[in-house]
Amino acid sequence: MRTGAQILWECLIGEGVKHVFGYPGGAILPAYDALCGYPEIHHVLVRHEQGATHMADGYARAGGGVGVAMATSGPGATNMVTGIATAMMDSSPIVCITGQVGSKFLGTDAFQETDITGITLPITKHNYLVKRAEDVAPTLRAAFQLARSGRPGPVLVDITKDAQQSSCEFDRSAYIPMALTEGKQNFDADQYATAIDMINASERPVILAGHGVLLSNAMDELREFAERASIPIAMTLLGIGGFPASHPLNLGMMGMHGEAWVNHAIQEADLLLAFGMRFDDRVTGTLKTYAPHAKKIHVEIDPAEINKNVRVDIALLGDVRQVLTRLIPDLAREDRQRWLHYIDELKGDSAVRDIQKLPDSGHLYAAHVIHDLWRETNGNSIVVTDVGQHQMWEAQYYKHEQPRSLITSGGLGTMGFALPAAIGAKFARPEAEIWVIAGDGGFQMTMAELATAAQEELDLNIAVINNGYLGMVRQWQEFFYDRRYSATPLLSPDFAKLAEAFGLLGITARSRNQVAPAIREARQRRGTALINFMVEQEDSVFPMVPSGAALHQMIRRPSPLVETAASEA
Amino acid sequence: MVRTFIVYVADHPGVLNRVSSLFRRRGYNIESLTVGHTHLPEISRMTVVVAIDAQGAPLVEANLYKLPEVLHVHDISSVPSLHRELVIVKVAASQDVRPEVMRVVEAFRARVLEVATESLVIEATGSEDVIDSLIEGVRPYGILEMTRTGRVAMTRGSAPVFAPGQVPPKGAAPFWNSGHLTVLRNCS
Repeated sequence: MRTGAQILWECLIGEGVKHVFGYPGGAILPAYDALCGYPEIHHVLVRHEQGATHMADGYARAGGGVGVAMATSGPGATNMVTGIATAMMDSSPIVCITGQVGSKFLGTDAFQETDITGITLPITKHNYLVKRAEDVAPTLRAAFQLARSGRPGPVLVDITKDAQQSSCEFDRSAYIPMALTEGKQNFDADQYATAIDMINASERPVILAGHGVLLSNAMDELREFAERASIPIAMTLLGIGGFPASHPLNLGMMGMHGEAWVNHAIQEADLLLAFGMRFDDRVTGTLKTYAPHAKKIHVEIDPAEINKNVRVDIALLGDVRQVLTRLIPDLAREDRQRWLHYIDELKGDSAVRDIQKLPDSGHLYAAHVIHDLWRETNGNSIVVTDVGQHQMWEAQYYKHEQPRSLITSGGLGTMGFALPAAIGAKFARPEAEIWVIAGDGGFQMTMAELATAAQEELDLNIAVINNGYLGMVRQWQEFFYDRRYSATPLLSPDFAKLAEAFGLLGITARSRNQVAPAIREARQRRGTALINFMVEQEDSVFPMVPSGAALHQMIRRPSPLVETAASEA
Repeated sequence: MVRTFIVYVADHPGVLNRVSSLFRRRGYNIESLTVGHTHLPEISRMTVVVAIDAQGAPLVEANLYKLPEVLHVHDISSVPSLHRELVIVKVAASQDVRPEVMRVVEAFRARVLEVATESLVIEATGSEDVIDSLIEGVRPYGILEMTRTGRVAMTRGSAPVFAPGQVPPKGAAPFWNSGHLTVLRNCS
């Protein structure tokens, strides 16, 4: 006989779980009491349940497994909502386990009772309310399978206190995780033949590589596909890392803050090959003028994404890797010299606008910080970003060669994501160097998790890009609201001293020549180090496609930069 | 235009909530939704009428299939099918107009459920058009109260839309025949 609480832990162990990010409380107390009997589980005590969900999310994204977060009922559960929604939007497999009041008290507004299955209904793949010990094991099996299968995502299991306390028969040795279910596929020979004909006949094709490439481990297939047919690849934010940045066919990130040549290539393409991406409004600009000359082929595991935002000509449903494997043998070898040469010419114009060409004027630009960080780490670090200007600069200036090396909240755009997600990532990839890049605004949302990093004695590096504003909002106010900086100037603590208060190393860098030494000092330090980079306050991210504009109608980097660079040359 | 979907779902608490929540958050406008038991144990059937164009219909279907408790979806909008709706209407019918009301009742092959001193309760089944006409027919006498069930539908011909043990339909929920339904029944 086992209690429901014991069964819970034994199921988690059966699923291969080694780390659980959580916070105890009344309704989950029996589970925490039983935890004492399972030393093979490393429980990470967070400082806020939102942190637990982001940690589980970062753990899943960095390592490819399922992240597990745990909380008590009521406020513990509701604090998880932001992290669950973040995982849902970015297709990250996490299982959240919440305690619930005893089944006899359900529906009575009991102390710390909340309808968390009702609350999380639209932001989970599915959720369960478990009221009997007998149902704990089959529910967890199903929850893990669902989280991982098809398009991954979050699943919540709410377990009443009496289900944790009561006992039933359970054979731990018989616990086997459920096999993943196949997603919907349409290996229709005609569709594939048509797709191949369209690709082989195209003169100006562009691949749009999304998160699905990483989730299906299709990196090798993507590379083979692109090289064989000489098709350039534009990346979505979450697709970054799915194809090496240094590869000549990698154009870089597309969309609102994509480089001009990437967006121009998409707008002028005669064929778009969308691999595991969902045509988010941040990558398309206005749909009316999106890639007007291009036929579109969509490779996607989720049928509900087909024709949701952009009408496509061919939809190949299924796992990106499986679909590409079927397409590659029939793909004609092409060199597409004219098209690639044309895109190269587009790059020339942008290169002179690059902030890296600016001489050191004594001002510290965030782009410099990211660029130097990339150089110092040889592009080999896992970078976990928060949301805002620094996130876009990271995507532009840190060149990712490896999959799962950029972890960022794309769909939901959750400020406060970076630090807890990095903590989770560190547990999934303890050998990896991990950098948090966060703004002064987002970092303050979850900086309490510094205590978690300290308690766990983690070796993290944190770069706070401190410009004294909620920078991305300020940028919009500058461009679109007549510079009325409403509620965006931001007072921050001395982040270096704050780090010291947690027993961590804190460094402040104010000029370009302090950047590399600070990065080196942080890297050499065992344990977590935080660098507070005091950067130019009113810097903006360029290029920028204004909301509602066509993808090629970008606000380019300001011309003074071009003139300065030109006069230097 | 409106389209009609037959949706087989596991007969669990909360399923209706999950389906209606999906329609709400995706902005699909429900014209009517009916749900009830089927002859199959633990399986319920919904008839959902949605205001959506032909391009949007596959998205409704695909989104429904993302709910693990949805077993089968069939868009019967372009399939020969039978549509029925039931209405119960309480009409003011004093002695002097009652014969006229009764003529309307007979014309629509409706039934009288209750005769009170100042009113009649009328029941009718038929397509929405017939029901609409009946309502207009009795409206001049004064409708005191009325309730409509919304559309229920069934395809013509002998092949059922869905049968237990049949091969998983394209796009079937991931837990088809996996024993998952028991879990869902106990824990949803």
